Amino acid sequence: MSPPLTGAKFTGGRHGIRKSRWLPIYVTVYLGFLYLPILLLPIFSFNNAASTTFPLAGFTTKWYAALWGNGAMLDAARNSLFVGLCVAILSTGHAICAARAITRYRFRGQRAATGLIMAPLFLPEIIVAVSLLMIVLQIGIELSLATVILGQTVFCLPYAMSVLISGFEGFDRSLEEASMDLGETALGTFRRVTLPVVAPAIVSSLLVSFTISLDEFILAFFLSGTEPTLPVYIWGQLRFAAKLPSVLALGSLMLVLSILLITIAEFLRRRSQRRIQGRLANG
Amino acid sequence: MAAVAILQDGPSKSAHRTGRRWRDSDEATGLALISPTLLYALALLFLPVLIVIAYSFWTQDYLTIDHTFTLENYRIALTEPIYRDLLARSLVIALVVSLVTVVFSYPVAWFISFHGGVHKNLWLFLITVPCWTSYLLRVMSWKVILGYQGVLNTGLMSTGIIETPITSLLYNSNAVVITLVHSWAAFAILPIFVSLEKIDRSLIEAAHDLGDNKVMSFLRVTLPLSLPGVISAFLIVMIPTVGDYVTPKLVGGKDGVMIATAIQAQFGKAANWPLGAALSVTTMVVVSAMAGLVVLALKLFVRWIR
Repeated sequence: MSPPLTGAKFTGGRHGIRKSRWLPIYVTVYLGFLYLPILLLPIFSFNNAASTTFPLAGFTTKWYAALWGNGAMLDAARNSLFVGLCVAILSTGHAICAARAITRYRFRGQRAATGLIMAPLFLPEIIVAVSLLMIVLQIGIELSLATVILGQTVFCLPYAMSVLISGFEGFDRSLEEASMDLGETALGTFRRVTLPVVAPAIVSSLLVSFTISLDEFILAFFLSGTEPTLPVYIWGQLRFAAKLPSVLALGSLMLVLSILLITIAEFLRRRSQRRIQGRLANG
Repeated sequence: MAAVAILQDGPSKSAHRTGRRWRDSDEATGLALISPTLLYALALLFLPVLIVIAYSFWTQDYLTIDHTFTLENYRIALTEPIYRDLLARSLVIALVVSLVTVVFSYPVAWFISFHGGVHKNLWLFLITVPCWTSYLLRVMSWKVILGYQGVLNTGLMSTGIIETPITSLLYNSNAVVITLVHSWAAFAILPIFVSLEKIDRSLIEAAHDLGDNKVMSFLRVTLPLSLPGVISAFLIVMIPTVGDYVTPKLVGGKDGVMIATAIQAQFGKAANWPLGAALSVTTMVVVSAMAGLVVLALKLFVRWIR
């Protein structure tokens, strides 16, 4: 069969943009490339062999079972949970104020302030880590989980901000004005009018920040001192080939948790946008 | 992942001037609201970077720091063969990674924007999910895939395509590039998608009606109009990539070492903070300059092609 010279047909006729028949294949291959590494970890975590080779050697759950008896791993998991919760609350709290300021008010220096808060997105992470390490040691603070929390919060802020800005944007201000006119205080208005509408975006921001903190390695590696988080613990294990299967099992659990949290976060973010748009349409 | 969209759109402005006192004005309330976050970012981002810059002009004197101003660290960073080569390699890898990522991601962004139909959000979500999982684990997974006794080699051998394992897969700069391209894919797709979404479709139709074929209308209408997204994608991939630490360490081997390893060493074993600071500053300045050149080149290319 020779490929037709035109090689294209009209689809989605609304815009009349031609669709190549190769493009869907390309996109599928691309998605395969994206998902290959994160699908392989779970596959080999159930493989009954200490090496990661094909063909597979049979099904086992022993690597998972071994995790429960691993005290160092459980300590690292507890550290990660603690750090993740603190980072989620801190960065979301900061981002609520900042996102509200940016979407609701206009003030001098707004662009510069937003740029600074968003800067970690455009900086090599190692430079953020090194500069934080220097200032922390300079002041004389000992490295601990607290320093990891301080650092990861800076790193999570841009992501929390973007979730919340898209949640706050388009919020109908006349609702708040009506509430104020009817005698509510500013705080009362925020609690009883604004908060119910933006609540899904806030929960979404908490989940996103928690996930980033859970998976973040560089800052934790530089700032954690003697108490490792899960990624730092995994880094330590990677030197030992024999430890690989249990790292794969642990990694698979982390992958599942990340994907679960991000899916919920996306669902909530979408719902908060719909809610705001719905109010606009009805109002 | 809405970050990219917001960086492009800018925050929505709401001008609301009243004749009340400044303290009650929007300006004051806005500043008051943003100040905790701003102070946090100033204290833990801006100030630390200033300290790094200050340190880069000082000297390590065994356990103390000599605060006399000197450019010696920069001389070492730019002329010592080891640092010069690491920096050059990091720049080349960052350039290649951003170029490959943008070129391979563009069609995907184009597909979602023009043919995503009602499922655009779902497509974007599918693309970004891998990006939210642990970066360390993904790099580790590539090591498992590309290793001598790895998935690719043993898979190809068990299907009989190759007889002996391919040794050139892991521990070189190609492995670093593959892994980094994978890591940054979503960061390139999103800004390109956003700028493609903004294109008025009737412009492309007009180009067709006026006789441009598919390639010409793409080069003369779609590509120039999506240039802001392409530039954002380049920057958001290139700048962080240059300082990547995990990927070169895990899959780079001897030939894939990048500058971050040298920076880390100055804060660990070597214990030479001023040199580490100078290496950090040099990396940032040089990669920014390279990013500026790439942006300029892209703009000139698009102007020339039009």
